[in-house]
Amino acid sequence: MCSSERFRNIVYQLALLSLIGALMGYAAYNLVHNLESRAIAIGFSYLGQEAGFDISEMLIVYEPKHSYARAFIVGLLNTLFVSLVAIVAASLLGLIVGIGRLSPNWLLRKLAGAYVETVRNVPLILQLLLWYGVLTELLPPVAEAIVLGPAYLSQRGISLPWPTAHAGWWAALLGLLLAALLAFLWARAAKRRRDLAGRAPAVLWPSLAAGVLLPLAGWAVFGAPSEFSTPTMAGFDFEGGKTVSPEFIALFLGLSIYTAAFIAEIVRGGILSVSRGQSDAAEALGLSRGQRLRLVILPQALRVMIPPLTSQYLNLTKNSSLAVAIGYPDLVSVSNTTLNQTGQAIEAITLMMAVYLAVSLAISGLMNWYNHRVRLVER
Amino acid sequence: MFNKKPLCRSLAALSLGVAAGSTFAGPTLDAIKQRGTLVCGVHTGLTGFSAPDKSGKYAGIDVDYCKALAAAILGSPDKVKYVPLTAQQRFTALQSGEIDLLSRNTTWNSKRDTTMGSVFPGVWFYDGQAFVINSKKNPKVKKLADLNKASICVETGTTTERNMADYARANKLTFKPVVFEGQEATEKAFQSGRCDAYTTDSSGIAAMLVNLPNKGDYTVLPEIISKEPLAPMLRRNDQEFFAIARWMIYALQQAEESGVTQANVLRMKAESKDPAVQRLTGATAEVGKGLGLDAEWAVRALQAVGNYGESYERNIKPLGLVRGMNALWNKGGLMYPMPLD
Repeated sequence: MCSSERFRNIVYQLALLSLIGALMGYAAYNLVHNLESRAIAIGFSYLGQEAGFDISEMLIVYEPKHSYARAFIVGLLNTLFVSLVAIVAASLLGLIVGIGRLSPNWLLRKLAGAYVETVRNVPLILQLLLWYGVLTELLPPVAEAIVLGPAYLSQRGISLPWPTAHAGWWAALLGLLLAALLAFLWARAAKRRRDLAGRAPAVLWPSLAAGVLLPLAGWAVFGAPSEFSTPTMAGFDFEGGKTVSPEFIALFLGLSIYTAAFIAEIVRGGILSVSRGQSDAAEALGLSRGQRLRLVILPQALRVMIPPLTSQYLNLTKNSSLAVAIGYPDLVSVSNTTLNQTGQAIEAITLMMAVYLAVSLAISGLMNWYNHRVRLVER
Repeated sequence: MFNKKPLCRSLAALSLGVAAGSTFAGPTLDAIKQRGTLVCGVHTGLTGFSAPDKSGKYAGIDVDYCKALAAAILGSPDKVKYVPLTAQQRFTALQSGEIDLLSRNTTWNSKRDTTMGSVFPGVWFYDGQAFVINSKKNPKVKKLADLNKASICVETGTTTERNMADYARANKLTFKPVVFEGQEATEKAFQSGRCDAYTTDSSGIAAMLVNLPNKGDYTVLPEIISKEPLAPMLRRNDQEFFAIARWMIYALQQAEESGVTQANVLRMKAESKDPAVQRLTGATAEVGKGLGLDAEWAVRALQAVGNYGESYERNIKPLGLVRGMNALWNKGGLMYPMPLD
């Protein structure tokens, strides 16, 4: 039995696995032993202690009296937030530039090409510092802010009027989400109907109407609030309204513009991978260039694009950790402060790595699921 | 079935691979002597404390301490390898053994003294956290309370962030911190006007201002919000090296107290009848022997960098900082060298 190939394979793999396990166990043992013998505190109990430092931007309530764990979550949410908006922006910009690179228009093609070649060949950290430099050095001081209608632009970022918290605004937001859901379902139903009957009911106009009317209805039903908080200069800074910090803007611009260059190449590669015959056939059917792109080429290109796109999304999320260079309080920035106050470097770094790993795996899993859905169905 | 083939037998051998490891961190002093260099963790660039001078060599009061130790232990102040570290790299560098000691304007506090596997041999510089503003842009700010709701640039990895938050809570003020990694990025953001104020140790502010062309535009606010006893930092459980590090501080301060300088140290050793000087220079007592060094240890250190006062004059005075707390105890300061005997 010992000689059977299957058994041998299992033994080899078990041996390798236990070797790896043993090495990791040894490393962990060694670590704990060394730290203990040098009287360095270990363990994650520090997470419950009072953090005692301030964070400049947050999506949830946080004060210095809260725990390190909460500070960590504030940093994590900041990372996720900037990554999410930058992923959306990079995808849109990348799609436009990628299509632009294949445009029959000479100028558009060359401009898109120049964008891609310049942006993807300059290190991201330099681009971030450049954007941050532009925002903080070239814009006027806050007292002499540039007036853009109701908004103000200065070294301290953009200050916008912002609705004062009221149930009506939330109802409007809910209405918008509901409209999006309805539009999605309606589009699906319309497609099914077209497949069955050959003619589809209109999708665009009803969707737009729902997008306007539903939020409006929600807003009106819940008291039609009209109160806006407007930014006014008080002391050092604008008060009221919503201020988007230059750190966030620089990071958002840097990440999305940089990643868009790579996405543009993926889009271009995806489109080129669709055989010429598909496009010719669509043209023969009388579809316009826009329709050809939207209905024939992009759906097929998507299959090729998803896997490399996933790694760009992962890159963007991980690259957001460069935020620390320009003062945006992301996960790394908050963890660094924690690390320095507690001195528990190994725990703080391990936690950070585990969270980045989890976020990356989640993005990867989501994209794999989508990839599975859009893959070519063999008939 | 496991005893038929060599492969099966080798399985058992694998389990022996997991052996308990014991790490032997030899005493720092032996390692230094064997290596022939002292590895000193210093600041990446803080004028007066440790920054490359015009000839590209590290200079400053923290660097002088490294030089004095190298002269005492290895016989030459040049046998130092400087490892420039950011605020946040420094503790790991010390803990991991990458450096022999950290001489990098590090605040001595209980957490660092008890939970980080490190110890502080004594205070090398008394400092405190201060705030600086651009008085041209903010002419009305005269005191810290005037900075309520202001944006304040601060470097990560220091005690500064927490001190500021503590002060704000205690005084019912709101500060908006903008946190950067690295002192240069922080200073640059402040100078660009991104923040209304910049906070760090007052020596750090002085070091920044001395390099600015328009330093007249800036005002340091009068409040000092924290105690920052800056001290060298060593790994724990190494009494031998700890004693040398501690008594080096006292020796250089005792030299100032007794009037022993870089220039006159040899003459003082030969001629002085002052018992304190005789013990310091090794003419009579055997302070060096107790430290595991020779009798001349302090003489070599003094020849290398001069006494504490001389080092201060050379490095800190150009920043425009007065001696203040860093004067000797008999001159109204806090520096009180324990007696060498």
